[in-house]
Amino acid sequence: MAERKIERVAGRGCVLRGNDIDTDRIIPARYLRSITFDGLGEHAFEDDRAQAKGNHALDDDRFAGASILIVGENFGCGSSREHAPQALMRFGFDAFIGASFAEIFAGNCTALGLPCVTLEPADLAALMDSVELDPGQQVVIDLEARTVASRAGRMTAGIRSGTRRQLLEGTWNATAVLLGAGDAIECTAERLPYLHGFRSSQGG
Amino acid sequence: MPTPKSLLDKIWDLHSVRELPDGQTQLFIGLHLIHEVTSPQAFSMLDETGLPVRFPERTFATVDHIMPTDSQLRPLSDRLAEQMVVALERSCRQHGITLFDPTSGLQGIVHVIGPELGLTQPGMTIACGDSHTSTHGALGAIAFGIGSSQVRDLLATQCLAVARPKVRRIEVTGELARGVYAKDVILTIIRRLGVKGGVGYAYEYGGKVIERMSVEERLTLCNMSIEGGARVGYVNPDAATFDYLRGREFAPRGEAFDRAVEWWRGVSSDPHASYDDRVELRGSEIDPTVTWGINPGQSCGVTESIPSPLQYPEKERASVAEALAFMELRPGEPIAGTPIDVAFIGSCTNGRISDLREAARVAKTGRVKPGVRTLVVPGSQAVARQAEAEGLDEIFREAGFDWREPGCSMCLAMNPDKLVGREISASSSNRNFKGRQGSPRGRTLLMSPAMVAAAAIHGCVVDVREIL
Repeated sequence: MAERKIERVAGRGCVLRGNDIDTDRIIPARYLRSITFDGLGEHAFEDDRAQAKGNHALDDDRFAGASILIVGENFGCGSSREHAPQALMRFGFDAFIGASFAEIFAGNCTALGLPCVTLEPADLAALMDSVELDPGQQVVIDLEARTVASRAGRMTAGIRSGTRRQLLEGTWNATAVLLGAGDAIECTAERLPYLHGFRSSQGG
Repeated sequence: MPTPKSLLDKIWDLHSVRELPDGQTQLFIGLHLIHEVTSPQAFSMLDETGLPVRFPERTFATVDHIMPTDSQLRPLSDRLAEQMVVALERSCRQHGITLFDPTSGLQGIVHVIGPELGLTQPGMTIACGDSHTSTHGALGAIAFGIGSSQVRDLLATQCLAVARPKVRRIEVTGELARGVYAKDVILTIIRRLGVKGGVGYAYEYGGKVIERMSVEERLTLCNMSIEGGARVGYVNPDAATFDYLRGREFAPRGEAFDRAVEWWRGVSSDPHASYDDRVELRGSEIDPTVTWGINPGQSCGVTESIPSPLQYPEKERASVAEALAFMELRPGEPIAGTPIDVAFIGSCTNGRISDLREAARVAKTGRVKPGVRTLVVPGSQAVARQAEAEGLDEIFREAGFDWREPGCSMCLAMNPDKLVGREISASSSNRNFKGRQGSPRGRTLLMSPAMVAAAAIHGCVVDVREIL
């Protein structure tokens, strides 16, 4: 069950400004009333977009066809719903560049093979300005080199080393990796007193 | 002498199956809780692999998010909700997983029933496809939320690939004043440390205020750790924890209970454990707290005024201005007196019996202001039974509150309980995000259940200390 190796993501950027954008905004809860992730793409940021009356980044013609979403701080905070990265993936995004990401959101992205990389504030500001001025340019996330390259220059990208390795090696679907532990899983269970009625032989 | 360790490190090391080549830990999860919203996709993915559920006896299910709170009778009148319940029932049957459905008498919000049934215990690792899984840390467990792909991993292997968090010790010293609750403590912590201050950390709560808290208050506290960015929050287990667990359905019994207590004591952080960070707050400085913005860090004491963007560092001003514009609140005006349309008491944060008792004390002092819509939603069937045995339901009804069936209700609007249009709610839940309560333009003021009851009676935000 090894997955695709993700060494780089290249494409046009879409700049979505603002901090602390939560997963309720990314995909409103009413679209969680389903037993699949089908069709979520068209509802990404639905309420924000309606309220912005066409002025939302996802409706901006300049960013049409973009595959990299560029965001601010703490993107994806709140609910653990995987529906959020699923919706953005189905909308057409393959990766995220931001100041920082909420932990559960970032974990969900990794499980889907969607890199989340961070930039230093000055670099992020420069990238956002550059992509807004010249939305047709190519933005390249190079996980091997840990860089983001664009007309704003080549910048150092932050990503947790474990996550980077999972993406580079195609082990981001963790099930196969975890199964690889074999009986060690049962051995761990064996030493947990609460799984064995706190039997007296395990008292220590 | 061995190096002193934190509870997190002890539990982590005990449950570590192995270090993965990518530097993460393969962590064994002692308890997996599932519900109807985030597990169906995981079961579909699992079925595609043909793998069985590795530890079905360590997986427990309930239905909460989509349950209507007017009637739990099946089939549910909401076709999509019924379909989700049926899917969960089918998966549980197929894989031999215990499901606490409404006919069990044990159904409720997943983070209410785990502790209530004694499934949640000190020293465990716990995961659930829900961010508020941090709740269970109140009993001295390491508990965290995951997405559906990780639910699949967990079903297939009873393990997760996760990075060990750093630990921040948050000490709340002194005492809380009357009318100040665990909800106010956690809102104040988040206000102080920010909504992303906890990213990469587990929060260990301690100090006199926390030691004096009941387990239910600690559940409220740990529940909202994630709102401060911390995926994990916990309190070291103590006598209150052990007393709480004694006699619960899934807690050990007899001599096994005594042996359990012995072991549970040992998982607490050692006296000289080192922490990656320490923060201290004074309990006496915490007031009843109300949010004025669109994230749980945007709050103030009930005696304070709504802030101006100019009071914030320049880079935060745009967010504050955006929040105030959405909330239609004016800087400089006192938060007390803000009119409300809806009062919601319930949720995994504040839907337990002690929450309902505190709200009922306030409800006794008056009647719901005409025009205010109310929902009082017990967190579980057991909470509902207990409340009814104590006559709390009657107190609420007599005061004009709407007493309802257990579920997540208006915390997140996946069921019929929703704000309408520009309505503004006083809510005992955990998130004031834009649109969170079901109307894209609906607004939420988070506060303690007693404060919500007081707001319902007065039709506006009031200081509950003036009533109690």
